[in-house]
Amino acid sequence: MDNFIKRYPLWGLVFVLLAAAFLFLVLAPWPPELVAIWGRKQIFLNALLGGITLGALYFLVAAGFTLIFGLMRVVNLAHGSLFLIGGYLGYEVSTASGSWLLAFPIVFILVALIGLLMQFFIFSKMEGEELRQTLVSIGLSIVFADLMLWWWGGQSYSILAPQFLQGPMELPIVSNVNDSTGAVTWLRYPSVRIWILVAAIVIGIAMWIVLNRTALGMLIRAGVDDREMLAASGVRIHLVFLAVFGFGAGLAGIAGIIGATFQSLSPGEDTRFLLASLVVVIVGGMGSIVGAALGALIIGVAEQMGFVYAPTYSIVLTFLIMAAVLAFRPQGLLGTRR
Amino acid sequence: MSVADQAPRFAGPVDQRMWSERIPAPWWILGLILLLLPIVANNFWLFQIMGWTFILGMIGLSLMFLAGYGGMVSLLQMSIAGMAGYMVAILGPSGAANVSLGLSWWIVLPAAFLIAALFATISGALAVRTDGIYTIMITLAIAAAFFYFTRQNYSVFNGYSGFNLVLPPQVFGVNWRDPLPFYYLTLACASLCYGAVVYLARAPFGLALQGVRDNPRRMAALGFNVTAHRVAAYALTSVFASTGGILLVWQNAQIAPGTIGISSAIDVLVVAVVGGIRRPLGPFIGAFIYVLLQVFSTDILGFFGFSADRFKLIIGIGFLAIVLFSPDGVLGLWDRWRARVVARKGATTGAGA
Repeated sequence: MDNFIKRYPLWGLVFVLLAAAFLFLVLAPWPPELVAIWGRKQIFLNALLGGITLGALYFLVAAGFTLIFGLMRVVNLAHGSLFLIGGYLGYEVSTASGSWLLAFPIVFILVALIGLLMQFFIFSKMEGEELRQTLVSIGLSIVFADLMLWWWGGQSYSILAPQFLQGPMELPIVSNVNDSTGAVTWLRYPSVRIWILVAAIVIGIAMWIVLNRTALGMLIRAGVDDREMLAASGVRIHLVFLAVFGFGAGLAGIAGIIGATFQSLSPGEDTRFLLASLVVVIVGGMGSIVGAALGALIIGVAEQMGFVYAPTYSIVLTFLIMAAVLAFRPQGLLGTRR
Repeated sequence: MSVADQAPRFAGPVDQRMWSERIPAPWWILGLILLLLPIVANNFWLFQIMGWTFILGMIGLSLMFLAGYGGMVSLLQMSIAGMAGYMVAILGPSGAANVSLGLSWWIVLPAAFLIAALFATISGALAVRTDGIYTIMITLAIAAAFFYFTRQNYSVFNGYSGFNLVLPPQVFGVNWRDPLPFYYLTLACASLCYGAVVYLARAPFGLALQGVRDNPRRMAALGFNVTAHRVAAYALTSVFASTGGILLVWQNAQIAPGTIGISSAIDVLVVAVVGGIRRPLGPFIGAFIYVLLQVFSTDILGFFGFSADRFKLIIGIGFLAIVLFSPDGVLGLWDRWRARVVARKGATTGAGA
C-alpha cells in the first residue's frame, strides 16, 4: 500500500478520494441536494447491499470455476448445470427433511460426487486437449439441462430460509435522519442475505488459508504453476485434480442452495450463472481466488446498481466492464499471464 | 500488411485443366441432385428441411471458417446472424410498425450486412485480445450480453416479443417466401458462401490465416499482422453469418431474443462440430443431421416411448458421442471408414496401402 502510493502518487490520491466519497455515501446522512439528484439514500444502500450479497453468491459459483480452470485448464462450461443441480437437490433435501442447514453437507457431497465422476470418467481421459474438454463440457451441460427439465419440469422452485434467518436485521448504517425530531433510522436488511455474505467471506478466507498455508494448498499452487514438474516430483497429481474438481463442483452445488434461497430456480438459471461466473472470472483474472472475489464484487454491485438506476442497460453495464477489462488488461484484474 | 506479395506460393506444377474439369464427379452429382430436388420433394422438405439446413449451414460455415482456418472457436456467430436479422426487421417493414422504419430493401440489406460486420469486427477485436479456450468464454459472454440486451431493450429491439411479419421483398415479382423460390434462394446463397470459403482457404488471406492458426509467433516474425488477420476473419465471416441470419428471419417471418439465445449459439457450435469443423462441407452435413433430428424427433422419440420434448437430450448425447469418439465429426468418421476400406483393398491385392 505504501509502495503503491509512493510509486503512483496521483493514482493513490484518486483512490483515497474515491474511498472517502464512498464512505461518505454509505455512512453520512445524505444532504437534500444529493437526494434530489440520486433519489433516496435507502435505495442506494439497498442496491449496494444487494450487489454485495449477489457478489457473494457469484463468488461461491465462480470460485470453483476459477480453481478448476487454474489447476486443470479445464473450462468447465457445465459449471452452471452443477449450480442448478445443487439448487434442485437442496430443494428436495430441505423439503424432505425440513432442515435448511442439513441440505448443505448433503448437496455438497452429492454434487462433488458428480464432479468427481465427470473428472474421473471424462476429463481425465483427454488431458491437455483443452478445446475438446470444453466441447465435452458443453455437451454435458446440454444433457444435464434436459435431464433436469425432464425431472423437475419448467416451474420455478425456491427454498424457504429457516426461521432464525427470516425477517430483517438492523445494520449500523444510517438510512435516514428525521429533520424535525433528529431521530435516526437505521438501515434494515434481510438477515439471511447478511448471513450468506458472512458465510461467503468465511468460505473465501478458508479457501485462501488452505491454498496458502497448508500442504494441500502448496500442491495445488504448484500444480497451477507447473503441472508436469509437480507430477515428475512424485505427487499423484490425479488425486489433487480429483480433490479440486470435487471441491469446486460441491461449492457450485452449495451456491445453488443459496441461489434458490435468494431468488428462485428454473431452467435457464444454469446458463445465467455460468455466464455470471464467466464474466466474474474474466474480470477478476483466471485461476485467482482473490480475483474471483474482486470480480464477483464488481459485477454484483454493477448489476444491482444498473438494475436500480438504469434497468434497460444493466446487462450492458456488466458487459462494458468486461470489455474494458479485456481491452486494457486481457489477463483480468488480478490474473497473471501464462 | 501486404498480404498478397508475402503469401506462400505453391511450387508444384500448375494444374492446367479447366476449372470445370477440376471438380470431382461426386460434386456434379450432388449439385444436380440439389438443383433437381424440387421435382421429387414436397414443399415441407424444400422450405422447412432444406431451407433450414442451408441457413443453419451458412451460420455454421462462418464458425467453421473461424475455427477451422483461424483456430478461433467463436460462439458469437448466431449473435452476428441475429444482428443482421434484427437490422432487417428494424430498418425494413415489420409487424411492429412503431419500431420498424420500413425502408426499402436495397437500403436495408446493405445496411444490415454493414452493421452486422461492424458488430462482428468490434466483438472480434475484443475476443482476439485473448486466445485459445478464452475465446469461447469471451464470445459466449458477448453473445449472452447481446441476448439479454435485446430482451430488455424495447426502444430499438422491441424487447421480449421481437418482430413478427418480417417478409422478404417482392423482387422481380417473385414471392421469395414461397417454398420453391425460397429453396433456390437459400441454395444459391449457401453455394456462394461455400464457394467463397473454398476460394478463401486457398487465397493469400486464407493461407496467412491458417499460418496464424498454426504458429502466430512465426507469422508475426515474418511480418504478418496477427491481430489484424484474426479481426479480419471475424469481419469476413460475418458476411456468411449475416446471409444466414437474414434468410432465417425471412423463413420464420419473425425474430425475437429467443432466436439468438445461448442455446441457439451453442446449437451452431454443435452443428459445426458434429459435421466436422475442419472442412467447409462439415457444417452443412451437421445442419442436415440437426434439422432432421429436430423435425423428426417426435416420431423417433415416440417410437421409443419418450416424449418429444427430449429432443435436446438426443442432440446433447449425440454431440457428446461425436466429441468423445470422433473429434473431427461425421466427415472424420467417413474419412476413417474410407481409409480402412482402402487399406483392406490394399491388403487383399497385395499393394501398399
